[in-house]
Amino acid sequence: MKCSDSATTSSIAVKDWSGRRGRLGDKIFLYLTFIFALIIVVILVALLIVLNVDAMPAIQKFGTSFLTSMDWDPVQELFGALPAIYGTLLSSIIALIIAVPISIGSAVFLSELAPAWIREPASFLIEMLAAIPSVIIGLWGIFVLVPFIRSPIEGWLGSHLGFLPLFQGPPFGLGFLAAGIILAIMVIPIITAVSRDVMRAVPITQREAMYALGATRWETIYRTVLPYCRSGLVGAIILGLGRALGETMAVTMVIGNSYALTSSLFSPGVTIASKIASEFSEASGDLYIGSLVELALVLFGITLLVNIIARLMVWRMVSVRNTGE
Amino acid sequence: MSESGSLRRKWTNRIMLILCGCAAGLCILILALIVGYTIANGISYFNIDFLTNVSKPVGEVGGGMRDEIYGTFILVGLASLIALPVGLMAGIYLAEFGSPAVASVVRFIADILAGVPSIVVGVFAYALLVRPMHSYSALSAGVALAIIMIPVVARTAEEAMRLVPNSMREAALALGINRWRAVLGVIMPGALTGIITGIMLAVARIAGETAPLIFTALGSAFGVQGLNQPIGALPLQIYRYALSPYPDWQQQAWAAAFLLMILVLGINIVVRTVSRRKSM
Amino acid sequence: MLYEMTNNITGRSTTEKPLYARDKSRYMLEVVRLSAWYGKMKAVNEISMKIKAQAITALIGPSGCGKSTLIRCMNRMHEVSDGGKVSGQVLLDGRDIYGKDVDAVSVRRRIGMVFQKPTAFPTMSIFDNVASGINLTRLWSRKGELQELVEHSLKKAALWEEVKDKLNRSGVSLSGGQQQRLCIARAIAIEPEILLLDEPCSALDPISTLKIEELMLEIKKDYTVVIVTHNMQQAARVSDFTGFLLLGELIEFAPTKELFSIPHDKRTEDYITGRFG
Repeated sequence: MKCSDSATTSSIAVKDWSGRRGRLGDKIFLYLTFIFALIIVVILVALLIVLNVDAMPAIQKFGTSFLTSMDWDPVQELFGALPAIYGTLLSSIIALIIAVPISIGSAVFLSELAPAWIREPASFLIEMLAAIPSVIIGLWGIFVLVPFIRSPIEGWLGSHLGFLPLFQGPPFGLGFLAAGIILAIMVIPIITAVSRDVMRAVPITQREAMYALGATRWETIYRTVLPYCRSGLVGAIILGLGRALGETMAVTMVIGNSYALTSSLFSPGVTIASKIASEFSEASGDLYIGSLVELALVLFGITLLVNIIARLMVWRMVSVRNTGE
Repeated sequence: MSESGSLRRKWTNRIMLILCGCAAGLCILILALIVGYTIANGISYFNIDFLTNVSKPVGEVGGGMRDEIYGTFILVGLASLIALPVGLMAGIYLAEFGSPAVASVVRFIADILAGVPSIVVGVFAYALLVRPMHSYSALSAGVALAIIMIPVVARTAEEAMRLVPNSMREAALALGINRWRAVLGVIMPGALTGIITGIMLAVARIAGETAPLIFTALGSAFGVQGLNQPIGALPLQIYRYALSPYPDWQQQAWAAAFLLMILVLGINIVVRTVSRRKSM
Repeated sequence: MLYEMTNNITGRSTTEKPLYARDKSRYMLEVVRLSAWYGKMKAVNEISMKIKAQAITALIGPSGCGKSTLIRCMNRMHEVSDGGKVSGQVLLDGRDIYGKDVDAVSVRRRIGMVFQKPTAFPTMSIFDNVASGINLTRLWSRKGELQELVEHSLKKAALWEEVKDKLNRSGVSLSGGQQQRLCIARAIAIEPEILLLDEPCSALDPISTLKIEELMLEIKKDYTVVIVTHNMQQAARVSDFTGFLLLGELIEFAPTKELFSIPHDKRTEDYITGRFG
């Protein structure tokens, strides 16, 4: 091909029809980006393999009894995950019980009620709540929330509802109630944001039809908007659950880390994440470390399941919306 | 009968709407409480010494967090160094080059990876690097943070590139530009604001991550010594000091939290304001 | 390669347009039994036509008739669309641009295209927009080298006088009509032999439309132009040949004067006299 230095136009045009060089560039780029995309897959696979290898001593020693045993005795090297699994589920459920009404309420406010000049800044602030590092929320939890829970809240609940097993025992402050509240604070922004988006996707005609029937605003929201996006809301809640299950720092700082099954919300407990966080760097011996790694695997399995369910539900919601239009 | 029914409906309506408003107000109140306490408790200890001194043993006054601040920057830098190329290239693949079937698998796995609890990522980094190397290290912590960062960067980069109108892609192709040049020369610059937003938000997120550092970075009393040595970090020190029984250390934890909060929320506020304005 | 051979035979340097491109009687592009699909929907059905060099050929027809699809097939842009599929041939210099060893990218460098909506690259300056076709196909280029090319292209697109003092401004700071001329300049800068214009004026005001029409008459001296338009008057004003499409078929293809005065087909007559749907 000719190539002259002068600023002529024709010499610039490519006259080679096969475009071999260009196609080679595309090919190289395709493979290059593909390799990097593959790294994401490799990381996940490696994560599964490496965790399984390191957990192997515990898996071989305890088998399935690991999931049902309540022991955690590094001296005798007896390990079981039940209290941690129980604590993880319990603290997350408490968090959801607190967070769901608040989140859905906020989402209704942001999507249906607030005038535009409030909606934007309010959404922004709630997003900011999600951005605060977990360790700072934990710090706030220890020094502000826990003392507050210890005397006014637990004192009141204990003296008025003390006949329920939920509210028995001395008020420590640290414990499931504190962990549940802290987790609620951390999942509220997520559930709120996703619910708000899902509600906004409800066609305006749905609301108008209800108003035309003489329904009040609340009736419209309750009878039309919320049922219409039910599966999306469930997806949002499960997404929040996924976050709550794996949340580590803030929970570790306020849950009290006591390895026991308990029915009282006041008593200290443990979650899988808090157990790993508080013991891993001091653990020694293949079996001890292996048991902690197996705990991590269990946590991974639970969150994986929850996340997949959430994603499928939000997906279905979105695809229903797309085909509906 | 109908009179009282409509009255009841009116009051239900009013009460429920007010409750929804209260719920949103409560969220903002919680934010205000956390930010307010952190500022109030942190600012009193926050001074030049805190930024320039190294940590001191209990009882000695005037300890600071110079090394931990430095360590946080090193860890975030290291993680970005690993995560940015991988995340960006994977994002390009997802948005521009991937066949729909393969891309949706990769996308799904990226979402799964993004949902893995950070503590599990920490355990992975421990098992992958700390154990074979027989030492806690800055490197293993950087890798852990990078693994958290990669799916976030990849997915936000993908979304940002998808927002570039298809007409730009076609215009570039119609000029006889190859796809890879079109991506680098037209699509990427067009998506730059979105990509940078995603990167900055990912940086803000990993800067505050603590769980994966506990048994990778570990913390160091001897400052920053090298990538194969333990290293301190701001969030890690907050965790340690917050759980300590010494009021002086607890004070420092608040001051460090104040600094970290300014850093993380600062990035968030700046990035979101800028990207919001740009998108309008 | 055929092109280079012709060059050698005529003994001309590449700095000038090859002789045959100036031959007005010559057919520049030949469409042979071309069909195109979007997924399962057939948008163009077995169309054959020959396009004269250095003339303006207009494609008209009601919306959805396949005229945009047809023009997009002429430089292999159709295959970029979702589910875009093509059969048949498009011959440039007697060679099928859909041939096995032909790369779509190099076809597009010989057959340029301008779209309905102005597509100035928003992140680039006016200068860089015009130079983008060159900049983004080479590994590097010197700015000084491009200066002349950019000026030349902008002049050809009748935009130079309006932008010569603000070449560093963003391409999207221009008005819609100016942006469209910028896109034409950008297409000209890669020195194509054929310029495809897909409804270039439908997003523009009347004054800008007039400017583009004048511009088309000017550039047809050097280029072969194919334009898709929904505006019959525009076709009648600027084009030398007009093809009328309906439901993916080429109903009639004739010199413009003939088609608009004595249409042979009833359907063409109905359309141009406004009796159509």
